[in-house]
Amino acid sequence: MIGFGTRIAIVVGVLLGVAVVFTTFGFPPVNSTQNGPRGTGMAQLGYPGALDRLKAANVLPEAQPASEPSGEKSSAVYENVQVLKDLDSNEFLRVMQAMTEWVAPQEGCAYCHEDGNLASDKPYQKIVARRMLQMTIDLNKNWSAHVAETGVTCYTCHRGNPVPAEIWFMPSPQSKMATYAGGRPDGQNAPSSSVGLTSLPANPFASYLLGNTPIRVQPDSALPKGPGASIQATEGTYGLMMHMSDALGVNCTACHNTQALKSWEQNGTIRAKAWHGIRMVRELNKDYLVPLTSTFPASRLGHEGDVAKINCATCHQGANKPLLGQSMVRDYLASLRP
Amino acid sequence: MNSIEYQNIFTRIQARSAPHDGIALPAGDWARDGKPFFSHLMGIIGNAQIGPIYLGTLGVASLACGLIAFEIIGLNMLASVGWDPVQFVRQLFWLALEPPAPKYGLSIPPLNEGGWWLMAGFFLTASILLWWARMYRRARQLGLGTHVAWAFAAAIWLYLVLGFIRPLMMGSWSEAVPFGIFPHLDWTAAFSLRYGNLFYNPFHMLSIAFLYGSTLLFAMHGATILAVGRYGGEREIEQILDRGTASERAALFWRWTMGFNATMESIHRWAWWFAVLCPLTGGIGILLTGTVVDDWYLWAVKHHVAPAYPPYLPAVDPATLPGAAK
Repeated sequence: MIGFGTRIAIVVGVLLGVAVVFTTFGFPPVNSTQNGPRGTGMAQLGYPGALDRLKAANVLPEAQPASEPSGEKSSAVYENVQVLKDLDSNEFLRVMQAMTEWVAPQEGCAYCHEDGNLASDKPYQKIVARRMLQMTIDLNKNWSAHVAETGVTCYTCHRGNPVPAEIWFMPSPQSKMATYAGGRPDGQNAPSSSVGLTSLPANPFASYLLGNTPIRVQPDSALPKGPGASIQATEGTYGLMMHMSDALGVNCTACHNTQALKSWEQNGTIRAKAWHGIRMVRELNKDYLVPLTSTFPASRLGHEGDVAKINCATCHQGANKPLLGQSMVRDYLASLRP
Repeated sequence: MNSIEYQNIFTRIQARSAPHDGIALPAGDWARDGKPFFSHLMGIIGNAQIGPIYLGTLGVASLACGLIAFEIIGLNMLASVGWDPVQFVRQLFWLALEPPAPKYGLSIPPLNEGGWWLMAGFFLTASILLWWARMYRRARQLGLGTHVAWAFAAAIWLYLVLGFIRPLMMGSWSEAVPFGIFPHLDWTAAFSLRYGNLFYNPFHMLSIAFLYGSTLLFAMHGATILAVGRYGGEREIEQILDRGTASERAALFWRWTMGFNATMESIHRWAWWFAVLCPLTGGIGILLTGTVVDDWYLWAVKHHVAPAYPPYLPAVDPATLPGAAK
């Protein structure tokens, strides 16, 4: 006979097993998309449920109805137009309406414009919006290596929020209580969402998406040729890769055959896109966002007085292509990709 | 009787007598400490008698050094969460004491930038070496061979390679492993990434073979002895000296199954060598990494070990193109 204790143990074991299965497993079927040679484990996995959630989160807002050309330039009709000067004035109005819907649907025009005096540079939001408009045009014209023909609009990042959901600030320094012990080099060894809850260095953004810290750590020869990258530098790169993986909802094999992560032979085309993306984010942070620091009020800045900056998640938001690769810019070619 | 009793998963019968104090110790040794008692629960998985324990000079010195290392590591972890005990428990698996930064090389860094790590490493190593000496001496005092001590020494070899010998050869403490649960695993992954995929390191391959081989041998041997338990097979020493039907049947089972059988004696040599060779070969593999070979994948390509796959969406490294962004 099985003893009472054994029976209890079996019941507890079965319940634990069921709990583990239901709380940690994805529901089948698992969709597997091969993206490399057979037998290398190069595949992207997904569940229909997760894909449905992603699709629901990436529904495009309807494009503004096409405008009738007025035949007059915006700068001739409106005062203090600095960016879309040569745009037809009706198309200009259409873009303004689209921007309101993309960035400040609740707040409306008054979010960026002084009431009764639209030409005024008064609310700081207008200065920011103007700079962001220039940034969007720059992106669509000069960064096709990353954004391709799909392009970006304000909505790619903002999604109806005046401040995009995925932004980053410099982390606060450790408390004074860690002056003599408990130092965390590079902010590592804490569960940080910036690196996929690993214990890796927690702020890859400052090093790689603002600074020029070298990302490549693997050698190019079998035998040592002198001091190479440190383990610490490798952990830093690893942290950045965790962020990219998390932001895009992909695993390592989206861009790498893990046999040799440095190789450009496998998935190099996709990896090259990511390579340009890193440079793109770095340039945008440096050229557009950091110079806006003094424009923002203190309440919009981080603990360290720094401006909100972008990373891969700002646009991607869990999708391997932002908005699942649907282009919005094609409806606004005259303004956003002139 | 149902099948669970036949399989003898647990020790089902526990004999009780007066506690056994052990043989007399030579003059100059400490006395054994603690009043022995019986635990039924422990009796299910091992000997029901708990204690007495022999501490001795080496044991006490080892425990003291171990406690110092444990405190340095633990208090640093606690300090890293602002001395908040709740956060200490919540984040425990992420917390760590990191080795010095690369800029310090082999010099002695400030306390909070690796100095504590160096100190913890010193005391942990002292503790482990003292415990090894204690093991060796206890075996000798009982008139045993020193096989356990030498098996432990194999593990110490790997530990010393990772935390001491290799960092010395690389000229930097920063190459060593942090103390921490997830951080040491992240270190392991980063180590493999930095040196071009450790799976192409042949000594890593050997180490894995001995590791998995050890578990396989352990399962085979354990299962065999349990299976012949009904013929008294668990009294292995007796079976070695006076081969009985348990031993004969066990041998025959394997000879029928795979044409070869280990003997009651030799199976333990198999197990010992597999276990010992796992860290020995692993340590050699770590020692060669970065010192002799910088990229194991490229090394494996050079020596026709790594398989080549057909290109799949290949590209030219954009950093090499003219006018590339930095």
